[in-house]
This record gives sequence, structure tokens and C-alpha cells, in this order.
Amino acid sequence: MEEKVAIIEALIFASEAPLTVERVAEILPDTEKKGIVSLLEGLTREYEERGGGICLREVAGGFQFRTRTDLAPWLRKLKAGRPAMLSPAAMETLAMVAYRQPLVKSEIDRIRGVDASGALKGLLEKKLVRIVGRKDVPGKPIIYGTTRKFLEVFNLKDLSELPTLRELRDLQGQQE
Amino acid sequence: MSYEIKLDVFEGPLDLLLYLIRKNEIDIYNIPIALITEQYFSYLEMMRSLNLDLAGEYLVLASTLIHIKSKLLLPPAEGEGEEEEGEDPRAELVQQLLEYQAFKEAALRLDDRPLLERDVFKRGAPVEEPTTAEETDDALVEVDVFELVTAFRRIIAGLDLKEDLQIDAEKMSLTDRINEIMERLTEEGQITFADLLGDRTDRRRIIYTFLAILELMKLRMVRAYQSGSFGAIRLFPAVEG
Repeated sequence: MEEKVAIIEALIFASEAPLTVERVAEILPDTEKKGIVSLLEGLTREYEERGGGICLREVAGGFQFRTRTDLAPWLRKLKAGRPAMLSPAAMETLAMVAYRQPLVKSEIDRIRGVDASGALKGLLEKKLVRIVGRKDVPGKPIIYGTTRKFLEVFNLKDLSELPTLRELRDLQGQQE
Repeated sequence: MSYEIKLDVFEGPLDLLLYLIRKNEIDIYNIPIALITEQYFSYLEMMRSLNLDLAGEYLVLASTLIHIKSKLLLPPAEGEGEEEEGEDPRAELVQQLLEYQAFKEAALRLDDRPLLERDVFKRGAPVEEPTTAEETDDALVEVDVFELVTAFRRIIAGLDLKEDLQIDAEKMSLTDRINEIMERLTEEGQITFADLLGDRTDRRRIIYTFLAILELMKLRMVRAYQSGSFGAIRLFPAVEG
């Protein structure tokens, strides 16, 4: 294995958050970003071909080692406690924030026909949603958006990787 | 004391309406309002008889349904603008239902993804340790609003009460103050209550600062900690940037 690949592998292993190409470039200044990207791609393939329990995934703008999806039943046993699942109300609210961000609470209330305060508070606590700012209209309502943690938890490279929904696109088209 | 049970079968009135539409195999663009209204009300009645917590939102939609029904019964207005002729009183509700349905679908699709800590796992998370900066301090205790109010009182009490009547040229808004605090927090990582006030202790500034902190705590953007009773209150950012 090329020394640089070994270094990158070690960096990803030791990094708590998904490791970005930029960060690697800071650590390996003599390597071009392009080169780093192709090394990362090679490493990803290597893990894939090996067919082991770990794979290298690009999430939240960086690279992270993750367990293979089909091994989940065993890992859940290891983790004992039930995973913190989101309620349907929280999922609906999160979906609205993700697809319509930046948006204000009244918009969520309107779409769901229910007050979203509780769901939003839970999402803020879980750090899946964050406050982006305040809208410049009377009352200065808070504007919400999703966090990097949202991308990490939902296994997304970036927001553009959100599954496109025909229904949502149709609605968008009507609004414009 | 009466018991209130919240049944999470329906996520709200729109959810109930969608359920009825599906159950009756109705075309969403052509909802038989009379039938749906009747069924909607019998569901409300059932929920009421079960003593379920019937949120006001359900009643709002109930009145919308009645309103649409009455509009449909009225003969179309004569002579008033031709273009209004084609306006279906149900259109707005249909639009809302479609939008809600789309997001419901979006939520399901999100839930289908391999979720961290459910379907995929990363390396064991480290035990969370406080940042090294305040290790010298005694154990920090998270403070609540009451301790903050006490601190606020202490500062106000220490003020020179002889207040100048002033017309303040400098306009301060709560939003500005909130933004200022968040900015300093992101720069400095932590900040004490006293730091925030600085030496400019006019009443207006103190009050705005205090309100800003309360707002930020409410929004869970900052956390306040105190090292022992009467220790300095420190603020830390709580939400990632």
C-alpha cells in the first residue's frame, strides 16, 4: 500500500467527524486535492473489494468508516439500548426543514396543520436542525435549516443527495 | 383529575383526512365533501367519546370542511367576474393535502435510509469530556433561569440608581444583542455574564443582554454554567455552527 494511502486511512480512522478532503490537504500539503480525492476513491474501492464488515463512506462532506448495513442486527446487540428513533411527527417536520430550508416555523405549521413547536424543539436538541437566522419580516421569526449532523445521521454526502421526490417537484413547479 | 390520553394514530387533522380519502378510495382532486365531512365528524366524535385529547387543530379543519360544503351548496354568484367561475372551493384544501402528502412520503423515504446508530455504526463515540479551558474551575453546574435572575438582580442592585434621563441615540434591538452574543461566543468559545455587560452598565443594556441570554437559553443555543454558588456564570454555545 502506498504510504500516503496508509496515512489517509489512519487519519479517517482517528477522526471523530467525517474527514474532509480539505483537512487532508492541510495535513499533506505536498499533495494536490485531486490526488487526495483519487486516493480516497481507491481506498473506498479497496474496502469494498475486501468485503469486510467496514466500508468507507462519503457523508456530510467528508469520509468516515461505517459498518456494513446488513450487519446492523449484531451491532444493535452490542449497543444494547434501543436506537433513538424519531417519531413520525419529528420525521415529517425534519423532512420539511430538509427539503424547504431555510424556512420558518409557521410554514411547517401550515403544511402539517399542526403546531410544530414540540417536534422542532426535539430536532434542535438532537442537533439535526439548527437556527440559521431570523427572517426580516414583522416578528422576526426564526429561520431553521438542517445541520451537518443531519447529513451524517442520514448518510448523505450533501443536501443535493436528498432523494428527489416527484410529488415535491410538482409542488415546487406550481409555486413558481 | 381527569386522564388525558394522546393517541398517536393520526399526526394531525390532515393526516386523518388523508386516511379517510385512502380508506374510501377517493380521488384527491375530486373529494366528495359531504361524505368526507360526515366521516371526519364521526371520527372526532369517537375520539371525544374515548376522552382523547382533541387538539384545536382538528376543529379548525372541521370548520374548513363545513365552510367548503356550504360554498358548494350555494349557487355560483351571478355577474361577478367570469374568471371566478371555475374556482373550486376545495382547491386550497386539495393543495394543502397534496403538499402534506408529499412531505409524508419524503419523511418515509428519509426513514428508509441507512441511519446512523440504527443501520450503520461508526467507531464507538468517545466519552464526552468538557473542554480543557475550564478544568481549573470547580465542577461547573448547569444553571437555570432562576439563578440567572438572581445574577441579574445582583447586578441591578449594584448599579448606581441615579439614572440619567437620556435619549438614546444608539438603538439596540434584541436581535442585535443576540447576534452579538452568538458572535462573541463562537469567537471566544465561552464567556461570562459579566463580560457580556462590560463596564457600560446602563440599565437598557443590562436588560437587553439578560433578555437575549434568556432567549438563547430557550432556543437551546447556549448553555449556562456556574462554578459553585455565587460563582461567575459562564455561557457556552450549545448548537453546532
